[in-house]
Amino acid sequence: MPNSADIIIVGGGPAGLSAAMTARNRAKSVIVISNPAEASGLYKAERVDNYPGLPQIKGADIHGAMLSHALALGAEFITKRVISAMPSGNGFFVSAGADFYECRALIVATGIVQSSAYPGEKELLGRGVSYCATCDGMLYRGKKVAVIGLSSDAEEEADFLRGIGCEVLYFNKPQKYQIIGGDKVEALSAAGTEHKVEGVFILRNTLAVSSLLPGIEMEDNHIKVGRDMSTSVPGLFAAGDCTGRPYQIAKAVGEGNVAALSAVAWLDKK
Amino acid sequence: MAVLHLTNEDFDETIAEGTVLVDFWASWCGPCRMFSPTIESLAEKYEGKAKICKVDVDAEPELARRFGVMSIPTIIVFRDGTETSKRVGVQPMAELEKMLEG
Repeated sequence: MPNSADIIIVGGGPAGLSAAMTARNRAKSVIVISNPAEASGLYKAERVDNYPGLPQIKGADIHGAMLSHALALGAEFITKRVISAMPSGNGFFVSAGADFYECRALIVATGIVQSSAYPGEKELLGRGVSYCATCDGMLYRGKKVAVIGLSSDAEEEADFLRGIGCEVLYFNKPQKYQIIGGDKVEALSAAGTEHKVEGVFILRNTLAVSSLLPGIEMEDNHIKVGRDMSTSVPGLFAAGDCTGRPYQIAKAVGEGNVAALSAVAWLDKK
Repeated sequence: MAVLHLTNEDFDETIAEGTVLVDFWASWCGPCRMFSPTIESLAEKYEGKAKICKVDVDAEPELARRFGVMSIPTIIVFRDGTETSKRVGVQPMAELEKMLEG
């Protein structure tokens, strides 16, 4: 697997895959970093009836067709959860799992974060709350931690924590959670029951944009974009649900196309 | 000036005077490695104005404990030995500059 490309696309839903196809058609190298297909909102849709030309199609079928189309055009697909991205001297770095990747232009098509933060999550982030087991796990060796495993790689991450010597309480149900502590995490309350822990790993499929791309300009909880899908960060484009409503495939595909063309124009200008 | 790699022995002496930025990191942390070139260019940019340092939390667990580092990277700025700001997670250059100037 290569670890650098002209364009990295974060997110393998319709916006990301459409962007990948367009960028490949313009002969740019492309890496798509995404959760597994099964985690995509489109894949899980029982029936889609608002995509022009394809009435009554199963979400998994249309998603599968888009994915094979992008792969056939030569896009690389890496199944990993992206932790953060930031400008480098020449482009961008993207970290996913324990690895990081490099690109000259970046397209973010992460969809929307369905769940809002739990009480205590933001306050205790970095004080016992973590979004990345492989990053922070070692700081909790020999300690008792909780994992709220809502991402597709959550069980793997929990195994990693057990492997390095953490005592892991594993939760995988969407239920009422509250993280309790003052200076640092003291306990996790799950559905009203309090568990004494020193760390809480919250693993969601999609990180909040503020964690993923610190410093990017937002508007009404979405990434602020221009008509050409450019964001407040030069060389960084966004497409699909993460830029705002309507949350529809046709809109995502169109924005992915525009974002990729803008990214290609940006690269050719450099 | 190159990035200074601090240990428990020279930490207090280094942060005692002037403006010092410390990046707590570890080799097994992907985002930390990704962040490393930014810290290096910061060190070049602030040559003579601030000390830009790194602490490997694996080698220096006592320092990590002392400053309550529970997620990495964690970035702390000290002014004449006093902590003035702290951020968790990779930060863009502009944010690091704000921490140093603020």
